[in-house]
Amino acid sequence: MNKLKASVLMRHEVGLHARPSVKMTKLAKAFESKIDLGLSPDGPWIDAKSIVKVMATKAPKDSTIYFRAEGKDARAALDALVMLVDGDFQDGP
Amino acid sequence: MSKNVGIVIVSHSADVARGTAMMVEQMVGREVPLGWCGGDPDGGLGTNVEAIMAAIDKAWSEKGVAILVDLGGAETNSEMAIEMLPEPRRSRVVVCNAPVVEGAVMAATEAASGATLDAVRRTAEELTPA
Repeated sequence: MNKLKASVLMRHEVGLHARPSVKMTKLAKAFESKIDLGLSPDGPWIDAKSIVKVMATKAPKDSTIYFRAEGKDARAALDALVMLVDGDFQDGP
Repeated sequence: MSKNVGIVIVSHSADVARGTAMMVEQMVGREVPLGWCGGDPDGGLGTNVEAIMAAIDKAWSEKGVAILVDLGGAETNSEMAIEMLPEPRRSRVVVCNAPVVEGAVMAATEAASGATLDAVRRTAEELTPA
């Protein structure tokens, strides 16, 4: 199965710190697909569903976050994750 | 009854336990059953078995409960509290070998996805180098 990819510029003031990491991981876990996260288009990749690994990336403001996903709901997962980061990690409507 | 594993925070300090519980609630949310205890009845530092048992009861979930502790007596009293639980609860409560604040947030994030008790404990313990 092909991996779908997406990327998004993170403008959140503090970067991928505690609260954004928790929100991103919780959202990723809501999907069945395998979802990886990287800070460059070629990886290295970490499991976007692992709160410990996501928080350890410490990605600063203005990082571009790359996602790749594989599975039935991969497209929906990537759309939702990009929307979360693009929306500055605000709570959804 | 929650479909998520519950989290219990046990610290020698009531302020640390309460503050950690607040971090879990605000960072992760209220979908994870949460109990906490800390300090002695006179306002000093300490932990006690009865308070830990009450916290486990408050956070109880059929999926089990993961306990995060700070130091020494928090751990031994938590183990004693688990031993005093009747089965089938006893075998569904674990003490995580992880830092209390970070471990509680990580464990709760894992628990919020409906993960098993074993997965919740492993996530908290990922913080502790082997």
